[in-house]
Amino acid sequence: MGSGPITGPVLTEGTARDPGAQSADLAGVPAKPHPADSAEIGGTFWRRFVFRRPLAALILKRLGLSVGLLFAVSLMIFGGVEALPGDFATTYLGQSATPQAVENIRKDLGLDRPWSERYLSWLGGAVKGDFGTSWASKQSVSEQIGKRLGNSLFLAFFAALISVPLAVGLGMLAVQFRNRMPDKIINVISLAAISLPEFFIGYLLIMVFAVELGVATFPATVYDSMSLAERLSAIALPVATLVLVVLAHMMRMTRAAILNVMSSAYIETAELKGLGTFRIIARHAAPNAVAPVINVIALNLAYLVVGVVVVEVVFVYPGMGQYMVDAVTVRDMPVVQACGLIFAAFYIFLNMAADILAILANPRLRHPR
Amino acid sequence: MNMKSIPISAWVGIGGIAIAVLCAIFAPLIAPFGEREIVGEIWLPAGGDFVLGTDNLGRDLLSRLIYGARTTIFVALAATVISFALGMILSFAAAVMGGLFDQLFSRFNDLMMAIPTLIFALVVLAVLPQYLWVLILVMAVLDSTRVFRIGRAVALDVAVMEFVEAARLRGEGSLWIIFREILPNTLSPLLAEFGLRFAFSILFLSTLSFLGLGIQPPAADWGGMVKDNKDGIIFGISAALVPGAAIATLAICVNLVVDWLMKRTSSLKGGRGDA
Repeated sequence: MGSGPITGPVLTEGTARDPGAQSADLAGVPAKPHPADSAEIGGTFWRRFVFRRPLAALILKRLGLSVGLLFAVSLMIFGGVEALPGDFATTYLGQSATPQAVENIRKDLGLDRPWSERYLSWLGGAVKGDFGTSWASKQSVSEQIGKRLGNSLFLAFFAALISVPLAVGLGMLAVQFRNRMPDKIINVISLAAISLPEFFIGYLLIMVFAVELGVATFPATVYDSMSLAERLSAIALPVATLVLVVLAHMMRMTRAAILNVMSSAYIETAELKGLGTFRIIARHAAPNAVAPVINVIALNLAYLVVGVVVVEVVFVYPGMGQYMVDAVTVRDMPVVQACGLIFAAFYIFLNMAADILAILANPRLRHPR
Repeated sequence: MNMKSIPISAWVGIGGIAIAVLCAIFAPLIAPFGEREIVGEIWLPAGGDFVLGTDNLGRDLLSRLIYGARTTIFVALAATVISFALGMILSFAAAVMGGLFDQLFSRFNDLMMAIPTLIFALVVLAVLPQYLWVLILVMAVLDSTRVFRIGRAVALDVAVMEFVEAARLRGEGSLWIIFREILPNTLSPLLAEFGLRFAFSILFLSTLSFLGLGIQPPAADWGGMVKDNKDGIIFGISAALVPGAAIATLAICVNLVVDWLMKRTSSLKGGRGDA
């Protein structure tokens, strides 16, 4: 803790639940004791900016918040790990290490310096995209990540491309046939799908499509010289697994979001005054449902970033997730910290995007009371 | 509550959980072979002496599955119980006390939740020694952030009710208000949340074990068994799918019960529709 920005309302919650805190926040500066002051437009530059461009100010605020959050997370990933009991060098060498060997390795890895100094040099490097060298392979961490990050994003991108339209479509279908057979079937299947671990879905797909039918490739190795078509066929099964994993979540949340809108009073009014179903959905329900649905999508994309880890291990796919898991097994801290920070950054960024898009899509959130 | 009002899906869930728990409790009596006993060739097909076949070291798969139920359910349950105790006490205290205490814990919780759970667990487990209690505590602490958020939201709803105000005015302490006024009135939604977190714990533990960071061999555990047998998949040997299916079945059963609990809670509140 201790950094300024994170003391404001944080990302996902602030929009809906905390109107009081947010309006205080919107004023930009802490409320002054005499109320007459708040009516004045003059004052600091930031205040005038908030008054003239409330939307831009709100978005800037979220951006600042996210940067502050990322900073705090970096402190946590580095400092929090430092504060935990146990010494890197001792765990690294195992129980039977001699004190001399421990001392040597501490010096070798630079662990004899105070942690604040190491944190600052690590953070300084991380901002410039330099994450130091791996303890295990002595290679540059950034170089390895550079190669693998692209692979992971490639995988996540195609999974998102397929799952988002499918989930929203199925969610709408479930609402349309609410409490009838199609909805019940979708509900039961999605409940089951939520409960399946990623690796089970992965191995099931491998068993059926790669081993029994022989139509897909396993392991899903990709290398630089592959053409796009070859790459796509290699990642078919991992993408299918990821889609199945997020689809159920996303669909259930979409269904709940739309149902929430559909059961509100103005929809009932529209129904009672005799409007057709299509008109109700297009004119009354959809504009109000856009914000929650966008939120659902962004949150699930954030989930996708994490889901990539397990799926990459299952399919032996050369991405970030596998790199991180391998590093964790050999306790290669520079790699673990770098991967952790990058995953957290994506997660925070997507959550922020969800927030900003929700504000853009729902004018009510722009003028908190 | 009347027995007939429980839907079939919830009965299926309750039955499944009961079978798993019975296996866990009476593992040594039910299992035909020992947990670590090597009984035959590796990866024998199902049938004959070995109902589900043998694993990558020639151990009986069914016996390991039964012993694995023990480890998996115990660790997941322990983690969930600790995370609930931690999350609920802190969240209720935050809701009742408010002010700086609330701000401090809520912001810290937001910070913890800004890092994806699995990534956080990977970073932390890379540093900590591999003991069972360390694993349980890590899972519990990470999970308690979710409990904290729900608990605080639910408790804040109740904390502004008249009867809590009345208790405050007659001079009851914070502990009384937390345990005698707020807890009984939030039990129903929190029970559903407990089930949800338990299902999540099972999946999370299995994922960690599958990645080789959870329960360490030779102890049997469902996630670890998938990891042990995964190399057989390429040769068309389905040994890895059996423990995977066990994890999935247990998680589905828990979710079925939770689904029913949630519907019950929302109908108690007089909610519109089934959203």
